[in-house]
Amino acid sequence: MSDTPVNPVNDLLRLERMPHIWCGGCGIGTSVNCFARAVAKAEIDHEHLHVVSGIGCTGRVAGYVNVDSFHTTHGRAIPFATGLSLSRPDSKVVVYSGDGDLTAIGGNHLIHAARRNIDMTVICVNNFTYGMTGGQVTPTTPYSAKASTTPYGNYEHTFNLPNLADACGAQFVARWTVYHVRQLTRSMTKALKTKGFSFIEVIAPCPTLYQRRNKLGDGVMALQYYKDQSTIQNGADTADVGLSFQSDIVVGEFVERDNLTFMEGYEKRMKEILGDGFVPYKGAK
Amino acid sequence: MKADPTAVASGMHFIDGNEACGEGAIAAGCRFVAGYPITPSTEVVEQISRRFPKIGGMFIQMEDEIASSICFQGAVWAGLKAMTVSSGPGISLMMEHVGLAAITECPSVFVNVQRGGPSTGLPTLPAQQDVMQARWGSHGDYEVIAVAPSSPQECFDHVITCFNFAEKYRCPVFFMMDETVGHMLGKVKIPPADEIELVERVYTKRPPGEYLPYKIYEGDQPEMVRVGMGHRIHSTGLTHDERGYPEMNWQAQDKMVRRLCSKINDHVDEISIAQSDEVEGSDVTIVSYGITSRVVAYAVDLVRKQGLKVGRVRLVTLWPFNEKLIKDVAQNTKAIIVAEMNLGQMVHEVERVVAGKVPVHLIDHAGGAMLELDTIIEKIKEVAS
Ligand SMILES: Cc1ncc(C[n+]2csc(CCOP(=O)(O)OP(=O)(O)O)c2C)c(N)n1
Ligand code: SF4
Ligand SMILES: [Mg+2]
Repeated sequence: MSDTPVNPVNDLLRLERMPHIWCGGCGIGTSVNCFARAVAKAEIDHEHLHVVSGIGCTGRVAGYVNVDSFHTTHGRAIPFATGLSLSRPDSKVVVYSGDGDLTAIGGNHLIHAARRNIDMTVICVNNFTYGMTGGQVTPTTPYSAKASTTPYGNYEHTFNLPNLADACGAQFVARWTVYHVRQLTRSMTKALKTKGFSFIEVIAPCPTLYQRRNKLGDGVMALQYYKDQSTIQNGADTADVGLSFQSDIVVGEFVERDNLTFMEGYEKRMKEILGDGFVPYKGAK
Repeated sequence: MKADPTAVASGMHFIDGNEACGEGAIAAGCRFVAGYPITPSTEVVEQISRRFPKIGGMFIQMEDEIASSICFQGAVWAGLKAMTVSSGPGISLMMEHVGLAAITECPSVFVNVQRGGPSTGLPTLPAQQDVMQARWGSHGDYEVIAVAPSSPQECFDHVITCFNFAEKYRCPVFFMMDETVGHMLGKVKIPPADEIELVERVYTKRPPGEYLPYKIYEGDQPEMVRVGMGHRIHSTGLTHDERGYPEMNWQAQDKMVRRLCSKINDHVDEISIAQSDEVEGSDVTIVSYGITSRVVAYAVDLVRKQGLKVGRVRLVTLWPFNEKLIKDVAQNTKAIIVAEMNLGQMVHEVERVVAGKVPVHLIDHAGGAMLELDTIIEKIKEVAS
């Protein structure tokens, strides 16, 4: 036996694909580290875990996890995951993508998957920008923050993501920053064990674009900000957790529900109406 | 492989093409459909939504066609036969996922009950204006298969053909119906399940560690896989290598894109379905497809009775284009007429292949009604004289 400690997250990674494409100080990798630990903690067997991403820096996560994984199209990871999840009721399907992917181009799919209560976990890495394409404005860019397409500062209203997911019926909603690795890991574990639609917003730095353009320093400075200005408020009303430029950040687990999933609702209704004539959908089992 | 007898509605039916398409998909083994309502295709998903809960299928009405066109691909990777259904504007929205199906080699069936366009166009009226869209609609180089039925019976029969092609060639397959054929009532014979031949999906038998999802072990197709088999596959819409991992250079692109095309183009003979008669020695041959070929057939019968030597070719598969067939026609006839319910789409293919050997004429129509019998007869007489 070797004395070299093995990194506990290695098991979930396609090590042959390292080094990854992410910049130094980028928060995406930290979130993946937490995710790998959460998968282990939730005791999800890797054969029954499928990760689906859209397009973006965060969208590359699917390519680095050593499970059946899909790198789909920009914004459409959720509908792909919907078909996969419904057809693999014995598996856990995780959508891992960025704020632009999930809430701009993919916003319609996000709200409807939450409303339908499709069994999936959505992890949204919010770096307040389109990282992959060079730092453009997104629906989460705070008012006044600069982006490459808002060179004079953003003038649009922004999404409050936990509130959005909550309003659409998500069963579990949490927000953490990548400073809160232990709490984030715990919430990811919970989300993976949640029946139905769960949503986690992970606030993460993009030092290369968002931080630099807004003169916010490097990744370490971002962690300092997250540490200094985050307050943990589990159970907070999601209406009160909106963010503004370099504001305080409310983090925590905000929502826990136990509603019928899409599949449970379907089966209940069909059994009521069709009785013995109903043949449940088993997917590809 | 034979169809599932517990699901197939064997017997004689008097139904429209849309319903026949739904029944055909069921007979083909399709058990997952994602769609969004749009005229004139809606009855297909209505039929499916009535039938699926009784046979263990899943229909989901998605929030839009962009979602529908990728949702069903998730079900395919789970291990199901699946499809989506739409018309006009909906098909336009699906185009990005036609490309995804092409590059990931996902066996995919897109049913297009064509209506007049562009844009919202003529929701309730027919056209054949999406022929080139089916071929070229998504960006990049790739190949598709497209099949055009001309009767409710063929809506049943040939949607099965589409599913079989999808499994065999792992590409996007378009079922190019149109409003008229979709809403036309007719006798449809649904055979006993054991008379319906299906192409079964063959999954790789290689053990984990000895299998790469995009490697060609034999022939020109990679071996199919689904989630949960232990291979830990990765599938991406990026240009990729045999492992399915992104590779951003021209060499990888060249290898991948050329194979996506050649795996279809090298099999035109096996894929092509066409009917032709009395082409040899004819003064003119008329080429058509889909519902238009029915009017053309009638017109040709009439002018033949008047003593004209007229050949007839009906394309059932539109893509890949059967160049050999049309070259042969050009050798054996004095002129060609292409009749289609658009302002001239397939005629470009015919002209390209004929390359000036004989004159090529067009009977066009902007969509909204069937081609008129008299117009076809007049044109035949004009060209034949
Ligand atoms: C249909 C489409 N539109 C635009 C793009 C270009 N594009 C690629 S990634 C991206 C933004 C990704 O931003 P986000 O989801 O926030 O991910 P990040 O890179 O910040 O992790 C965009 C606009 C695309 N690939 N496809
Ligand atoms: S551009 Fe930003 S989001 Fe993308 S890898 Fe670099 S730091 Fe991360
Ligand atoms: Mg982003």
